[in-house]
Amino acid sequence: MRDVAIVSVAQSVHRRSARELNEVEMIQPVIRQALDQVGVQKGEIDFTCSGSSDYLAGQAFSFVMTLDAVGPTPPISESHVEMDGAWALYEAWVKIQTGHADTALIYGYGKSSPGDLPRVLSRQLDPYYYQPLWPDSIALAGLQARLMLEQGLITEQEMAEIAYRSREAAKTNPHAQLQGSQSVEELLAQPRSYDPLARHDCAPITDGGVAIVIAAGEKAAKWCSRPAWIRGIDHRIDSHNLGARDLTKAPSIGIAAAKAGVHDGPIDIAELHAPFTHQEKIIRTELGLSDEVVVNPSGGPLAANPMMGAGLIRLGEVAQRIHSGEANRGVAHATSGLLLQQNLVAVLEGE
Amino acid sequence: MGEPLELLSAPLVIEYPFNRTTGPVIGAFLTGLRDQRVVGIEGDDRRVVCPPVEYDPHTGSPLTDLVAVGTEGVVQTWAWVETVREGQPLQQPHALALILLDGADTAMLHVVDCGSPDALSTGDRVRIRWAEERSGSICDIECFERVGGEQ
Repeated sequence: MRDVAIVSVAQSVHRRSARELNEVEMIQPVIRQALDQVGVQKGEIDFTCSGSSDYLAGQAFSFVMTLDAVGPTPPISESHVEMDGAWALYEAWVKIQTGHADTALIYGYGKSSPGDLPRVLSRQLDPYYYQPLWPDSIALAGLQARLMLEQGLITEQEMAEIAYRSREAAKTNPHAQLQGSQSVEELLAQPRSYDPLARHDCAPITDGGVAIVIAAGEKAAKWCSRPAWIRGIDHRIDSHNLGARDLTKAPSIGIAAAKAGVHDGPIDIAELHAPFTHQEKIIRTELGLSDEVVVNPSGGPLAANPMMGAGLIRLGEVAQRIHSGEANRGVAHATSGLLLQQNLVAVLEGE
Repeated sequence: MGEPLELLSAPLVIEYPFNRTTGPVIGAFLTGLRDQRVVGIEGDDRRVVCPPVEYDPHTGSPLTDLVAVGTEGVVQTWAWVETVREGQPLQQPHALALILLDGADTAMLHVVDCGSPDALSTGDRVRIRWAEERSGSICDIECFERVGGEQ
């Protein structure tokens, strides 16, 4: 395997609505910053890969227009996934492994504000049995949360503590949309508006994006004094048949973690893509993280959740803490689909 | 310059007017609903998957053995939908639920008309309320309602 590292990370200041910006205007400064941080001109990038969703943009092949943010002329080698940018990074990593590229630019972005996101997300589901019911993403998450609560796998107290810890951690994250939290006691006194979920259990709706540069071997060492080496990366999927799955578990995370080598060494930090409080518990359990691991020091998706970017941001947040020397070995998790259906796990290391 | 720009926006409604061919398994289920019958399918392990799937969830082999299941079942889990969205089966607040029909081993996603979240508990028995006009769609089930429950 070729040694490949994340060498640069940039993200937008996430907010509820970037109404005055189109997708190109929103992501272009982020891409520019990611390239500038390593002093790279666009001609030095071998491969460009993005993650975004036409269902959010309201337009077929919407990513083609966003390529204006990269500058695709003269022609560049480029690809796109209709998924979170974490899977775009996976594609770029494979491209580098095959020897067809040494460097790659990856970005993921989403403007959720133009539509009704919980309704839009129902379009990911089975078209015969689920889609005609228009089940919204919050109620679907509630099905999972109630199973966990009633089976004693989590408590409302734990869920409120996850919400509190995440949004308090986000106070030091200049990109976060929600910073700071009411106390756990105050959260527990809030109505369960989406019974069994309360508002604080849900990620915010966010407009924003992220860009990352990865490079192989010597190039990585040249562009970054302490690259975040991708030691393992794998993604797996569970059934889309919600009624046939045990929703309190996500076996695909455990498989991806084993393939990525999560337990081949100690983990300092973990950034987990859990858009709902109870899902953090599922991911932690499947990853087998000890209580000492610092989880979501950035605040995680509960503090900012740009669709198609929030998973790639998890890789970026771990990488930046390795760049700075704050961490040496971290795990990043990204999810796609509803109720933790598909999952990617990556292990990043400084030394 | 200096004046804040007025932000212009225009509505855009996307529709995907597909007609899909549902095939012998999904088609049998949807046709059954039109006739007020519910069918599942036997997996390789003899467990009954309902709604039926074309391929075994574990082995991936094609499945063909359709079996009748009940029109009543048990609520496995549920969530309250206070803000009803366009297109949802009920236009008043209701529960989204996973329901294990009698004779089935996997749960069906649908909605329960029960008035308030205080009126529903996991484990409650519910039965199908059929739509008056049925066309071979999951929406031929208008909703579920509690067995013996007050509306």
